[in-house]
Amino acid sequence: MASHHFDHIDRSGSVSGPPSPGDYAFDRGFRGIAWLSAVFILALVVYIIIEIGGKAWPAITEHGLGFLTSTTWNVQTQEFGILPEIWGTLYSSFLALILGGVFGVAIAIFLTQDFLPNRLAVIFRTIIELLAAIPSVVFGLWGIYVLIPLLRPTANWLHEEFGFIPFFSTSLSGPGLGPAALVLAIMILPTVASISVDALRQIPYKIKEAAYGMGTTRWEAILKVMLPTAGSGILAALVLGFGRALGETMALAMLIGNSNQISLSLFAPANTLAALLASSFPEAGPVEIQVLMYAALALLAITLIVNAIGLAVMKFATRKFEAER
Amino acid sequence: MKKSFISAAVLALSIGVTPIASAQELRLTGSGASFPYPIYSSWFKDFSKQTKDVTVDYQSKGSGAGIQDFINNTVDFAASDAAMKDEEIAKVKQGVVLLPMTAGEIVLSYNLDGVKELKLPRDVYIDIFMGKIAKWSDPRIAAANPGVKFPDQNITVVTRSDSSGTTYVFTDHLSTVSEAFKSTVGQGTTVQWPKSFVKAPKNDGVTATIKQTPGAIGYIEYGYAIATKQPMAILQNKAGKFVAPSDESGKAALASAEFPTKTLPGSDTPDLRVWVSDPAGEQAYPIATFTWMLFYKDQDDAKAKALRDLIEYSLTKGQAMAPKMGYIPLPENVIERARKAAALIQ
Repeated sequence: MASHHFDHIDRSGSVSGPPSPGDYAFDRGFRGIAWLSAVFILALVVYIIIEIGGKAWPAITEHGLGFLTSTTWNVQTQEFGILPEIWGTLYSSFLALILGGVFGVAIAIFLTQDFLPNRLAVIFRTIIELLAAIPSVVFGLWGIYVLIPLLRPTANWLHEEFGFIPFFSTSLSGPGLGPAALVLAIMILPTVASISVDALRQIPYKIKEAAYGMGTTRWEAILKVMLPTAGSGILAALVLGFGRALGETMALAMLIGNSNQISLSLFAPANTLAALLASSFPEAGPVEIQVLMYAALALLAITLIVNAIGLAVMKFATRKFEAER
Repeated sequence: MKKSFISAAVLALSIGVTPIASAQELRLTGSGASFPYPIYSSWFKDFSKQTKDVTVDYQSKGSGAGIQDFINNTVDFAASDAAMKDEEIAKVKQGVVLLPMTAGEIVLSYNLDGVKELKLPRDVYIDIFMGKIAKWSDPRIAAANPGVKFPDQNITVVTRSDSSGTTYVFTDHLSTVSEAFKSTVGQGTTVQWPKSFVKAPKNDGVTATIKQTPGAIGYIEYGYAIATKQPMAILQNKAGKFVAPSDESGKAALASAEFPTKTLPGSDTPDLRVWVSDPAGEQAYPIATFTWMLFYKDQDDAKAKALRDLIEYSLTKGQAMAPKMGYIPLPENVIERARKAAALIQ
């Protein structure tokens, strides 16, 4: 076909054509807005850190790093330390990640690997995503009025029979780490499940067909092909879920018992950084506000570190599982 | 509902257009203590309804925040359970008038199946809050309550997780009674409790936690215990008598308040700050306190008049509402003092 034939083609009904000046302007404008938004977000994060850091500076110079390793919080004597809160934040989030992660990924497998008719799977997924819309204070109330009374007999039985195991070394009287972590797990479940579902959906269908074609059983296909292939997406889901758990405030402030102690026991009251901030801010004096800002900075740092580790693991996992794809 | 929506819209407009637009309607803004919030909000609603062109808004932020707002001149008045410290008063250039407006009791509410009446001698309730008595089956508790069967259960002590005027008054009482408590825990709006007790936010959080936790005990405002029908412990007072919390026993406690004869530092305003840390009367319930409103002494004439009207309303009609809301009406002599001091707001 000679090229001059194209000149006679009528372009009026076509979606493609040479860019007009308007197109150029739109393209430039869009790029500008995108850049601006990206820079704005970065600037916002930097501004927040500077603002918090500036307010925390007097406390940082006064208490130094000892603040992170001390366990006292006494306003009278002006002794402040957040080790119990750091411990509680990490411990509760970690427990929530294990529970929420296992269930979230299991749900994602259940919804994507042909266990359910497609329409039913969509309904299921919508219901799980609805969980994300429940306000955190409602989770807190549900925890106080339903979950804790429900857990108490089992927890106290565990304590009586297996009290020698450090996890069960105290009885569950009311609020405590266990109920808080459970609620937290439910709260991160939608995040983990729906991102994992997306990751599993993105696998080209021919990979699954190829796996079955090689004679794998369904479970072999899921465990040895599908999960590793979606690995980076699932890891991203877990990292996001963990980040959500670290920052969750209201439900934890209501359920964890806000007690300044470090204990392995699942049934002992504990405290988290976010809960400490929420409960101490409203009536904090000028000195306390500086200290709380320092605690907020510590929480920011923890989130940053966790995300960085998550990213590193993801990068490693991607290389391992997806390079050969 | 509709009216408040309209006035909110008017306010929003007037902020947007010009702040002078609402000159004919006087708006008084206050903030502070959460403990008297239920009664203050009904006073202010009622007062705004019956006084034309005056609207009173009150934000329950906590005593500390109220004092902060007051010092920063962002409100017309403030409220605080811990009054104001001398150095805080010194920061207010216009001068301060501190008035006791109502009073309350702090009760020990508990959750024990089948225990309808719980008597706690003073050494026992102090030791519970020092973590020295850890079980309900402790012989000292049984000795004070003959005939009551106590379960072999751990005592779960519930305290406040936030900084609070309630904690301030409660620890003030415990420190006054017990030298050991004073030296190990001390008094403050937040304290370092000797054991890792369960903590819950605000009066309602503590109430809910006690209600949901068998074997729990905690300190809350009398009004909250009344509203939620929580059982309250009968405490032994200074005279050695066991007294249940009630309007009368609260009034008896306040009657023993001895106001200082001096004036506030650097002014001629009478000092109406007084704590009944450990009232002596035979009928007196041991833990009671006034709660204060803070006003500027020198201010805008129209606002000063409206504030004086508001105070007069609160000291007369307002007091009558107190008992059924779980507050203690001010004794007559205190009302007289407050009225006299209120005249200084000009």
